[in-house]
Amino acid sequence: MSTFGMQKSPQLNSHGELQHLLTIEGLPRDVLTHILDAAAPFSEVAEREVKKVPLLRGKSVFNLFFENSTRTRTTFEIAAKRLSADVINLNINTSSANKGETLLDTADNLAAMQADMFVVRHASSGAPFLIAQHMAATGRDHIHVVNAGDGRHAHPTQGLLDMYTIRHYKTDFTQLTIAIVGDVLHSRVARSQIHALTTLGVPEVRVIAPKTLLPTGIERLGVRVFHDMREGLRGVDVVMMLRLQNERMQGALLPSTQEYFKSYGLTPEKLALAKPDAIVMHPGPMNRGVEIDSAVADGGQAVILPQVTFGIAVRMAVMAMLAGN
Amino acid sequence: MSATKQLPDAEALCTALADAMRGHVDPAATALVGIHTGGVWVAERLHAALGLKIPPGSINVSFYRDDYSQRGLHANAKTSHIPFDVEGAHIVIVDDVLHTGRTIRAAMNELFDYGRPAKIDLAVLTDRGGRELPIAPTFCPHSQSWPDAQILALERADDGGLSFRLIKK
Repeated sequence: MSTFGMQKSPQLNSHGELQHLLTIEGLPRDVLTHILDAAAPFSEVAEREVKKVPLLRGKSVFNLFFENSTRTRTTFEIAAKRLSADVINLNINTSSANKGETLLDTADNLAAMQADMFVVRHASSGAPFLIAQHMAATGRDHIHVVNAGDGRHAHPTQGLLDMYTIRHYKTDFTQLTIAIVGDVLHSRVARSQIHALTTLGVPEVRVIAPKTLLPTGIERLGVRVFHDMREGLRGVDVVMMLRLQNERMQGALLPSTQEYFKSYGLTPEKLALAKPDAIVMHPGPMNRGVEIDSAVADGGQAVILPQVTFGIAVRMAVMAMLAGN
Repeated sequence: MSATKQLPDAEALCTALADAMRGHVDPAATALVGIHTGGVWVAERLHAALGLKIPPGSINVSFYRDDYSQRGLHANAKTSHIPFDVEGAHIVIVDDVLHTGRTIRAAMNELFDYGRPAKIDLAVLTDRGGRELPIAPTFCPHSQSWPDAQILALERADDGGLSFRLIKK
Protein backbone atom coordinates (compact mmCIF):
# COMPACT_ATOMS: atom_id res chain seq x y z
CA MET A 1 0.00 0.00 0.00
CA SER A 2 1.41 3.36 -0.96
CA THR A 3 1.79 6.04 1.65
CA PHE A 4 -0.26 9.21 1.55
CA GLY A 5 0.95 11.60 -1.14
CA MET A 6 3.45 9.16 -2.57
CA GLN A 7 1.29 7.67 -5.28
CA LYS A 8 2.27 8.99 -8.73
CA SER A 9 -1.19 9.81 -9.97
CA PRO A 10 -4.04 8.60 -7.79
CA GLN A 11 -6.50 9.94 -10.35
CA LEU A 12 -5.61 7.50 -13.10
CA ASN A 13 -6.28 3.77 -13.00
CA SER A 14 -3.87 1.13 -14.24
CA HIS A 15 -5.04 1.72 -17.83
CA GLY A 16 -4.26 5.43 -17.63
CA GLU A 17 -7.96 6.28 -17.51
CA LEU A 18 -9.44 8.87 -15.19
CA GLN A 19 -10.71 7.21 -12.00
CA HIS A 20 -11.09 10.38 -9.90
CA LEU A 21 -10.76 14.05 -10.78
CA LEU A 22 -8.78 15.62 -7.94
CA THR A 23 -6.50 18.14 -9.64
CA ILE A 24 -5.42 19.21 -13.11
CA GLU A 25 -1.79 19.26 -12.04
CA GLY A 26 0.02 16.27 -13.58
CA LEU A 27 -2.79 15.24 -15.94
CA PRO A 28 -1.46 14.62 -19.45
CA ARG A 29 -2.58 16.88 -22.26
CA ASP A 30 -4.47 14.10 -24.04
CA VAL A 31 -6.62 13.48 -20.94
CA LEU A 32 -7.53 17.19 -20.76
CA THR A 33 -8.28 17.31 -24.48
CA HIS A 34 -10.34 14.13 -24.19
CA ILE A 35 -12.54 15.73 -21.49
CA LEU A 36 -13.00 18.91 -23.55
CA ASP A 37 -13.90 16.86 -26.64
CA ALA A 38 -16.32 14.72 -24.68
CA ALA A 39 -18.07 17.80 -23.23
CA ALA A 40 -19.15 19.21 -26.60
CA PRO A 41 -22.07 16.84 -27.32
CA PHE A 42 -23.39 17.23 -23.77
CA SER A 43 -24.12 20.92 -24.32
CA GLU A 44 -26.77 19.94 -26.86
CA VAL A 45 -28.73 17.93 -24.26
CA ALA A 46 -29.88 21.20 -22.65
CA GLU A 47 -31.76 22.09 -25.84
CA ARG A 48 -33.98 19.00 -25.87
CA GLU A 49 -37.56 18.60 -24.77
CA VAL A 50 -36.33 16.04 -22.22
CA LYS A 51 -33.04 17.43 -20.86
CA LYS A 52 -31.70 14.07 -19.80
CA VAL A 53 -29.56 11.21 -21.06
CA PRO A 54 -29.53 7.83 -19.29
CA LEU A 55 -25.76 7.44 -18.79
CA LEU A 56 -25.83 7.51 -14.97
CA ARG A 57 -29.25 5.95 -14.53
CA GLY A 58 -29.41 4.11 -11.21
CA LYS A 59 -26.21 5.70 -9.91
CA SER A 60 -26.11 7.71 -6.67
CA VAL A 61 -24.09 10.91 -6.65
CA PHE A 62 -23.46 12.53 -3.27
CA ASN A 63 -22.65 16.23 -3.24
CA LEU A 64 -20.55 16.58 -0.09
CA PHE A 65 -20.18 20.27 0.58
CA PHE A 66 -18.17 21.02 3.69
CA GLU A 67 -17.95 24.62 2.54
CA ASN A 68 -20.74 26.79 1.16
CA SER A 69 -21.26 27.22 -2.53
CA THR A 70 -24.42 27.81 -4.46
CA ARG A 71 -23.30 27.90 -8.04
CA THR A 72 -20.86 25.01 -8.02
CA ARG A 73 -23.21 22.76 -6.06
CA THR A 74 -26.13 23.66 -8.30
CA THR A 75 -24.26 23.05 -11.53
CA PHE A 76 -22.97 19.70 -10.27
CA GLU A 77 -26.52 18.83 -9.24
CA ILE A 78 -27.95 19.80 -12.62
CA ALA A 79 -25.17 17.93 -14.43
CA ALA A 80 -25.78 14.74 -12.42
CA LYS A 81 -29.55 15.01 -12.87
CA ARG A 82 -29.20 15.50 -16.65
CA LEU A 83 -27.20 12.26 -16.63
CA SER A 84 -30.19 10.64 -14.83
CA ALA A 85 -28.28 10.02 -11.59
CA ASP A 86 -29.94 10.22 -8.19
CA VAL A 87 -28.43 13.22 -6.44
CA ILE A 88 -28.16 13.66 -2.70
CA ASN A 89 -26.98 17.04 -1.44
CA LEU A 90 -25.26 17.26 1.92
CA ASN A 91 -24.12 20.54 3.38
CA ILE A 92 -21.91 19.57 6.23
CA ASN A 93 -20.82 21.82 9.04
CA THR A 94 -17.06 21.85 9.46
CA SER A 95 -16.97 23.01 13.06
CA SER A 96 -16.36 19.59 14.61
CA ALA A 97 -13.00 19.24 16.28
CA ASN A 98 -11.37 16.35 14.51
CA LYS A 99 -12.05 17.05 10.86
CA GLY A 100 -9.94 14.26 9.41
CA GLU A 101 -11.76 11.58 11.31
CA THR A 102 -15.16 13.10 10.69
CA LEU A 103 -14.48 13.37 6.98
CA LEU A 104 -13.64 9.69 6.53
CA ASP A 105 -16.44 8.60 8.86
CA THR A 106 -18.87 10.58 6.75
CA ALA A 107 -17.49 9.04 3.56
CA ASP A 108 -17.67 5.54 5.07
CA ASN A 109 -21.29 6.03 6.04
CA LEU A 110 -22.27 7.27 2.61
CA ALA A 111 -20.31 4.49 0.94
CA ALA A 112 -22.36 2.07 3.05
CA MET A 113 -25.44 3.65 1.42
CA GLN A 114 -24.16 2.45 -1.98
CA ALA A 115 -22.75 5.75 -3.17
CA ASP A 116 -21.22 5.63 -6.65
CA MET A 117 -19.66 9.07 -6.71
CA PHE A 118 -18.68 11.79 -4.26
CA VAL A 119 -18.48 15.40 -5.33
CA VAL A 120 -16.46 17.01 -2.56
CA ARG A 121 -15.88 20.61 -1.58
CA HIS A 122 -13.80 21.25 1.51
CA ALA A 123 -11.95 24.17 3.09
CA SER A 124 -8.90 21.97 3.65
CA SER A 125 -6.58 21.24 0.74
CA GLY A 126 -6.33 17.52 0.07
CA ALA A 127 -9.69 16.46 1.53
CA PRO A 128 -11.00 14.89 -1.72
CA PHE A 129 -7.62 13.17 -2.19
CA LEU A 130 -7.91 11.74 1.33
CA ILE A 131 -11.35 10.31 0.55
CA ALA A 132 -10.18 8.80 -2.75
CA GLN A 133 -7.15 7.31 -1.02
CA HIS A 134 -9.31 5.91 1.76
CA MET A 135 -11.77 4.31 -0.69
CA ALA A 136 -8.90 2.65 -2.58
CA ALA A 137 -7.27 1.46 0.66
CA THR A 138 -10.52 -0.18 1.76
CA GLY A 139 -11.23 -1.92 -1.55
CA ARG A 140 -13.94 0.42 -2.78
CA ASP A 141 -12.29 1.61 -6.01
CA HIS A 142 -15.65 1.59 -7.77
CA ILE A 143 -16.50 4.83 -5.93
CA HIS A 144 -15.35 7.90 -7.84
CA VAL A 145 -14.37 11.22 -6.31
CA VAL A 146 -14.64 14.62 -7.97
CA ASN A 147 -12.94 17.59 -6.35
CA ALA A 148 -15.33 20.54 -6.35
CA GLY A 149 -12.76 22.82 -4.71
CA ASP A 150 -10.40 22.08 -1.81
CA GLY A 151 -8.83 24.88 0.21
CA ARG A 152 -6.30 26.82 -1.83
CA HIS A 153 -5.30 23.70 -3.73
CA ALA A 154 -7.46 22.98 -6.77
CA HIS A 155 -10.82 23.41 -8.46
CA PRO A 156 -10.33 21.18 -11.49
CA THR A 157 -13.83 21.36 -13.02
CA GLN A 158 -13.67 25.17 -12.92
CA GLY A 159 -10.28 24.99 -14.65
CA LEU A 160 -11.72 22.64 -17.28
CA LEU A 161 -14.81 24.72 -17.96
CA ASP A 162 -12.55 27.75 -18.35
CA MET A 163 -10.50 25.82 -20.92
CA TYR A 164 -13.69 24.77 -22.70
CA THR A 165 -14.77 28.44 -22.80
CA ILE A 166 -11.40 29.61 -24.15
CA ARG A 167 -11.40 26.91 -26.81
CA HIS A 168 -14.96 27.81 -27.78
CA TYR A 169 -14.02 31.44 -28.49
CA LYS A 170 -10.32 31.20 -29.38
CA THR A 171 -9.87 27.71 -30.90
CA ASP A 172 -6.08 27.29 -30.70
CA PHE A 173 -4.36 27.36 -27.29
CA THR A 174 -0.87 27.52 -28.79
CA GLN A 175 -1.38 31.03 -30.19
CA LEU A 176 -2.65 32.77 -27.05
CA THR A 177 -1.48 35.21 -24.43
CA ILE A 178 -3.61 34.92 -21.32
CA ALA A 179 -3.66 37.02 -18.15
CA ILE A 180 -4.96 35.85 -14.77
CA VAL A 181 -5.73 38.87 -12.61
CA GLY A 182 -6.28 39.27 -8.88
CA ASP A 183 -6.18 37.29 -5.69
CA VAL A 184 -3.96 34.40 -6.80
CA LEU A 185 -2.80 33.76 -3.23
CA HIS A 186 -6.14 32.41 -2.01
CA SER A 187 -7.30 31.03 -5.33
CA ARG A 188 -7.59 27.35 -6.07
CA VAL A 189 -9.17 28.41 -9.35
CA ALA A 190 -5.97 30.20 -10.41
CA ARG A 191 -3.84 27.14 -9.68
CA SER A 192 -6.11 24.90 -11.74
CA GLN A 193 -6.17 27.45 -14.56
CA ILE A 194 -2.38 27.78 -14.65
CA HIS A 195 -1.83 24.01 -14.73
CA ALA A 196 -4.44 23.58 -17.46
CA LEU A 197 -3.18 26.44 -19.62
CA THR A 198 0.46 25.36 -19.48
CA THR A 199 -0.47 21.71 -20.13
CA LEU A 200 -2.55 22.70 -23.17
CA GLY A 201 0.39 24.61 -24.62
CA VAL A 202 -0.49 28.28 -24.05
CA PRO A 203 2.84 30.01 -24.76
CA GLU A 204 2.36 32.97 -22.42
CA VAL A 205 0.44 32.86 -19.15
CA ARG A 206 0.63 36.05 -17.09
CA VAL A 207 -0.46 36.64 -13.53
CA ILE A 208 -1.26 40.17 -12.50
CA ALA A 209 -1.56 40.91 -8.78
CA PRO A 210 -0.11 42.94 -5.90
CA LYS A 211 2.80 41.23 -4.12
CA THR A 212 0.63 40.58 -1.07
CA LEU A 213 -1.81 38.47 -3.11
CA LEU A 214 0.76 36.28 -4.85
CA PRO A 215 2.16 33.07 -3.40
CA THR A 216 5.96 33.00 -3.32
CA GLY A 217 7.56 31.05 -6.13
CA ILE A 218 4.54 31.33 -8.47
CA GLU A 219 7.02 31.84 -11.37
CA ARG A 220 7.98 28.19 -11.02
CA LEU A 221 4.57 27.25 -12.46
CA GLY A 222 5.66 28.80 -15.75
CA VAL A 223 3.95 32.18 -15.56
CA ARG A 224 5.14 35.76 -16.04
CA VAL A 225 4.41 37.99 -13.07
CA PHE A 226 3.17 41.57 -13.42
CA HIS A 227 2.37 43.97 -10.61
CA ASP A 228 1.24 46.72 -12.99
CA MET A 229 -2.12 45.75 -14.46
CA ARG A 230 -1.83 48.06 -17.48
CA GLU A 231 1.48 46.56 -18.44
CA GLY A 232 0.21 43.00 -17.92
CA LEU A 233 -2.96 43.41 -19.98
CA ARG A 234 -1.19 44.75 -23.06
CA GLY A 235 -1.98 42.56 -26.07
CA VAL A 236 -3.66 39.66 -24.24
CA ASP A 237 -6.30 37.46 -25.88
CA VAL A 238 -8.04 36.38 -22.67
CA VAL A 239 -8.47 38.14 -19.31
CA MET A 240 -9.32 35.75 -16.50
CA MET A 241 -10.45 37.69 -13.45
CA LEU A 242 -10.37 36.23 -9.96
CA ARG A 243 -12.65 37.02 -7.07
CA LEU A 244 -11.13 38.94 -4.19
CA GLN A 245 -11.58 36.40 -1.40
CA ASN A 246 -12.20 38.64 1.57
CA GLU A 247 -13.46 35.75 3.66
CA ARG A 248 -10.09 33.99 3.44
CA MET A 249 -7.96 37.02 4.21
CA GLN A 250 -6.20 37.26 7.51
CA GLY A 251 -4.56 40.54 8.48
CA ALA A 252 -4.17 43.57 6.26
CA LEU A 253 -3.23 42.35 2.80
CA LEU A 254 -4.92 45.31 1.13
CA PRO A 255 -5.31 48.97 2.06
CA SER A 256 -8.99 49.01 1.00
CA THR A 257 -11.26 47.59 -1.69
CA GLN A 258 -11.47 51.05 -3.32
CA GLU A 259 -7.71 51.17 -3.51
CA TYR A 260 -7.70 47.64 -4.95
CA PHE A 261 -10.24 48.57 -7.61
CA LYS A 262 -8.10 51.53 -8.64
CA SER A 263 -5.05 49.35 -9.25
CA TYR A 264 -6.48 45.93 -10.13
CA GLY A 265 -10.15 46.42 -10.99
CA LEU A 266 -10.96 45.69 -14.65
CA THR A 267 -12.41 48.84 -16.17
CA PRO A 268 -13.27 49.46 -19.86
CA GLU A 269 -10.27 51.76 -20.04
CA LYS A 270 -7.85 49.04 -18.81
CA LEU A 271 -9.52 46.37 -20.96
CA ALA A 272 -8.83 48.56 -24.01
CA LEU A 273 -5.12 47.67 -23.59
CA ALA A 274 -5.89 44.01 -24.38
CA LYS A 275 -6.52 42.83 -27.94
CA PRO A 276 -9.75 44.29 -29.38
CA ASP A 277 -11.32 40.81 -29.53
CA ALA A 278 -10.14 39.76 -26.06
CA ILE A 279 -12.67 37.90 -23.91
CA VAL A 280 -13.23 38.52 -20.20
CA MET A 281 -13.88 35.62 -17.85
CA HIS A 282 -14.76 35.40 -14.16
CA PRO A 283 -15.46 32.26 -12.10
CA GLY A 284 -18.09 34.05 -10.01
CA PRO A 285 -19.47 35.24 -7.75
CA MET A 286 -18.37 38.69 -8.89
CA ASN A 287 -17.60 41.61 -6.60
CA ARG A 288 -18.71 44.45 -8.85
CA GLY A 289 -16.70 47.58 -8.23
CA VAL A 290 -13.95 45.58 -6.50
CA GLU A 291 -12.25 43.41 -9.11
CA ILE A 292 -14.51 44.20 -12.06
CA ASP A 293 -16.42 47.23 -13.27
CA SER A 294 -20.09 46.64 -14.13
CA ALA A 295 -19.51 48.10 -17.59
CA VAL A 296 -17.06 45.26 -18.28
CA ALA A 297 -19.03 42.53 -16.50
CA ASP A 298 -22.13 43.36 -18.56
CA GLY A 299 -20.20 44.35 -21.69
CA GLY A 300 -19.82 42.66 -25.06
CA GLN A 301 -16.45 41.07 -24.29
CA ALA A 302 -17.62 39.29 -21.13
CA VAL A 303 -18.28 35.54 -21.46
CA ILE A 304 -19.09 35.06 -17.79
CA LEU A 305 -22.59 33.65 -18.24
CA PRO A 306 -21.56 31.27 -21.07
CA GLN A 307 -18.93 29.97 -18.61
CA VAL A 308 -21.75 28.90 -16.29
CA THR A 309 -23.62 27.13 -19.09
CA PHE A 310 -20.48 25.40 -20.39
CA GLY A 311 -19.76 24.33 -16.80
CA ILE A 312 -22.77 22.02 -16.82
CA ALA A 313 -21.65 20.24 -20.02
CA VAL A 314 -18.08 19.89 -18.73
CA ARG A 315 -19.27 18.48 -15.39
CA MET A 316 -21.55 16.05 -17.22
CA ALA A 317 -18.60 14.88 -19.30
CA VAL A 318 -16.38 14.44 -16.23
CA MET A 319 -18.99 12.48 -14.30
CA ALA A 320 -19.93 10.32 -17.29
CA MET A 321 -16.29 9.61 -18.00
CA LEU A 322 -15.47 8.64 -14.41
CA ALA A 323 -18.53 6.42 -14.10
CA GLY A 324 -17.54 4.59 -17.30
CA ASN A 325 -13.93 3.93 -16.21
CA MET B 1 -10.61 -9.74 -46.16
CA SER B 2 -12.37 -12.94 -47.03
CA ALA B 3 -11.58 -14.07 -50.56
CA THR B 4 -14.75 -16.08 -50.88
CA LYS B 5 -17.17 -13.32 -49.88
CA GLN B 6 -17.71 -10.22 -51.97
CA LEU B 7 -18.22 -6.94 -50.12
CA PRO B 8 -21.53 -5.25 -51.02
CA ASP B 9 -21.41 -2.27 -53.36
CA ALA B 10 -22.39 0.67 -51.16
CA GLU B 11 -23.15 3.03 -54.05
CA ALA B 12 -25.50 0.53 -55.71
CA LEU B 13 -27.20 -0.15 -52.38
CA CYS B 14 -27.82 3.59 -51.82
CA THR B 15 -29.66 3.72 -55.14
CA ALA B 16 -31.57 0.50 -54.40
CA LEU B 17 -32.55 1.77 -50.94
CA ALA B 18 -33.86 5.06 -52.38
CA ASP B 19 -35.87 3.07 -54.95
CA ALA B 20 -37.34 0.88 -52.19
CA MET B 21 -38.41 3.94 -50.18
CA ARG B 22 -39.90 5.95 -53.06
CA GLY B 23 -43.66 5.80 -52.85
CA HIS B 24 -43.53 5.04 -49.11
CA VAL B 25 -42.33 8.46 -48.02
CA ASP B 26 -44.01 11.85 -48.29
CA PRO B 27 -41.44 14.34 -49.67
CA ALA B 28 -43.19 17.17 -47.81
CA ALA B 29 -43.59 15.46 -44.45
CA THR B 30 -41.15 12.57 -43.97
CA ALA B 31 -37.97 13.31 -42.03
CA LEU B 32 -34.74 11.30 -42.03
CA VAL B 33 -32.47 10.81 -39.03
CA GLY B 34 -29.03 9.32 -39.73
CA ILE B 35 -27.04 7.54 -37.04
CA HIS B 36 -23.44 8.74 -36.73
CA THR B 37 -21.34 8.28 -38.70
CA GLY B 38 -22.26 6.01 -41.65
CA GLY B 39 -26.00 6.52 -41.27
CA VAL B 40 -25.57 10.29 -41.63
CA TRP B 41 -23.87 9.85 -45.00
CA VAL B 42 -26.58 7.50 -46.22
CA ALA B 43 -29.31 9.88 -44.97
CA GLU B 44 -27.74 12.72 -46.98
CA ARG B 45 -27.84 10.56 -50.11
CA LEU B 46 -31.44 9.48 -49.55
CA HIS B 47 -32.51 13.04 -48.80
CA ALA B 48 -31.19 14.20 -52.18
CA ALA B 49 -32.39 11.15 -54.13
CA LEU B 50 -35.93 11.31 -52.71
CA GLY B 51 -36.18 15.11 -52.88
CA LEU B 52 -37.30 15.46 -49.26
CA LYS B 53 -38.11 18.93 -47.96
CA ILE B 54 -37.29 18.55 -44.26
CA PRO B 55 -33.52 18.71 -43.64
CA PRO B 56 -32.11 15.42 -42.34
CA GLY B 57 -31.27 15.07 -38.65
CA SER B 58 -28.33 13.24 -37.16
CA ILE B 59 -28.06 11.30 -33.95
CA ASN B 60 -25.15 10.16 -31.80
CA VAL B 61 -26.40 7.28 -29.68
CA SER B 62 -23.36 6.93 -27.43
CA PHE B 63 -25.23 8.48 -24.46
CA TYR B 64 -27.96 5.87 -24.83
CA ARG B 65 -26.00 2.68 -25.43
CA ASP B 66 -26.79 -0.23 -23.12
CA ASP B 67 -23.14 -1.36 -23.08
CA TYR B 68 -21.93 1.97 -21.67
CA SER B 69 -20.86 0.44 -18.35
CA GLN B 70 -18.57 -1.96 -20.22
CA ARG B 71 -17.27 0.40 -22.88
CA GLY B 72 -17.10 3.69 -21.03
CA LEU B 73 -17.47 7.10 -22.58
CA HIS B 74 -15.31 7.70 -25.58
CA ALA B 75 -14.67 11.23 -26.67
CA ASN B 76 -16.95 11.56 -29.61
CA ALA B 77 -17.39 15.12 -30.71
CA LYS B 78 -20.40 14.20 -32.86
CA THR B 79 -23.40 16.06 -31.56
CA SER B 80 -26.98 14.99 -32.10
CA HIS B 81 -28.86 17.50 -34.21
CA ILE B 82 -32.59 17.26 -34.91
CA PRO B 83 -33.58 20.28 -37.04
CA PHE B 84 -37.36 19.57 -37.04
CA ASP B 85 -40.15 19.00 -34.55
CA VAL B 86 -40.22 15.32 -33.58
CA GLU B 87 -43.70 15.60 -32.09
CA GLY B 88 -46.14 13.90 -34.49
CA ALA B 89 -43.52 13.44 -37.25
CA HIS B 90 -42.99 10.50 -39.61
CA ILE B 91 -39.32 9.64 -39.10
CA VAL B 92 -37.11 7.19 -40.95
CA ILE B 93 -34.04 6.17 -38.93
CA VAL B 94 -31.17 5.57 -41.36
CA ASP B 95 -28.09 3.46 -40.68
CA ASP B 96 -25.46 1.75 -42.80
CA VAL B 97 -25.44 -1.76 -41.31
CA LEU B 98 -28.08 -3.47 -39.17
CA HIS B 99 -26.54 -5.96 -36.74
CA THR B 100 -27.61 -6.61 -33.11
CA GLY B 101 -30.35 -3.95 -33.14
CA ARG B 102 -28.98 -2.29 -29.98
CA THR B 103 -27.96 0.87 -31.80
CA ILE B 104 -31.46 1.19 -33.23
CA ARG B 105 -33.01 0.74 -29.80
CA ALA B 106 -30.72 3.47 -28.45
CA ALA B 107 -31.64 5.76 -31.35
CA MET B 108 -35.36 5.28 -30.72
CA ASN B 109 -34.93 5.96 -27.01
CA GLU B 110 -33.06 9.14 -27.84
CA LEU B 111 -35.64 10.30 -30.39
CA PHE B 112 -38.37 10.04 -27.78
CA ASP B 113 -36.49 12.53 -25.63
CA TYR B 114 -37.15 15.10 -28.35
CA GLY B 115 -40.86 14.35 -28.62
CA ARG B 116 -43.38 11.67 -29.59
CA PRO B 117 -43.14 10.74 -33.29
CA ALA B 118 -46.29 9.54 -35.06
CA LYS B 119 -44.34 6.76 -36.78
CA ILE B 120 -40.77 5.52 -37.00
CA ASP B 121 -39.41 3.40 -39.87
CA LEU B 122 -35.95 1.94 -40.30
CA ALA B 123 -33.85 2.07 -43.48
CA VAL B 124 -30.44 0.34 -43.76
CA LEU B 125 -28.12 -0.49 -46.65
CA THR B 126 -27.48 -4.03 -45.48
CA ASP B 127 -28.61 -6.48 -42.81
CA ARG B 128 -25.76 -8.65 -41.55
CA GLY B 129 -27.94 -10.72 -39.17
CA GLY B 130 -27.02 -11.41 -35.54
CA ARG B 131 -30.03 -9.67 -34.03
CA GLU B 132 -30.22 -9.56 -30.22
CA LEU B 133 -33.45 -7.56 -30.05
CA PRO B 134 -36.82 -7.88 -31.85
CA ILE B 135 -36.03 -5.18 -34.41
CA ALA B 136 -36.57 -5.47 -38.18
CA PRO B 137 -35.84 -2.97 -40.97
CA THR B 138 -38.68 -1.43 -42.99
CA PHE B 139 -36.42 -0.83 -46.01
CA CYS B 140 -33.36 -2.99 -46.66
CA PRO B 141 -32.09 -3.87 -50.15
CA HIS B 142 -29.41 -6.39 -49.08
CA SER B 143 -28.73 -9.16 -46.54
CA GLN B 144 -25.48 -11.00 -45.96
CA SER B 145 -24.05 -12.44 -42.76
CA TRP B 146 -20.47 -11.90 -41.58
CA PRO B 147 -18.45 -13.59 -38.82
CA ASP B 148 -18.77 -11.96 -35.39
CA ALA B 149 -15.06 -11.14 -35.34
CA GLN B 150 -15.45 -8.81 -38.31
CA ILE B 151 -16.91 -5.32 -38.38
CA LEU B 152 -18.57 -4.23 -41.62
CA ALA B 153 -17.90 -0.50 -41.82
CA LEU B 154 -18.99 2.15 -44.29
CA GLU B 155 -16.32 4.60 -45.40
CA ARG B 156 -16.47 7.83 -47.31
CA ALA B 157 -13.72 8.88 -49.69
CA ASP B 158 -12.64 12.50 -50.16
CA ASP B 159 -14.76 12.72 -53.30
CA GLY B 160 -17.84 11.60 -51.32
CA GLY B 161 -17.90 8.04 -52.70
CA LEU B 162 -19.17 5.40 -50.26
CA SER B 163 -17.70 1.91 -49.89
CA PHE B 164 -17.69 -0.96 -47.41
CA ARG B 165 -14.65 -2.30 -45.62
CA LEU B 166 -14.12 -5.23 -43.26
CA ILE B 167 -12.29 -4.51 -40.01
CA LYS B 168 -11.06 -7.16 -37.60
CA LYS B 169 -12.40 -6.61 -34.08
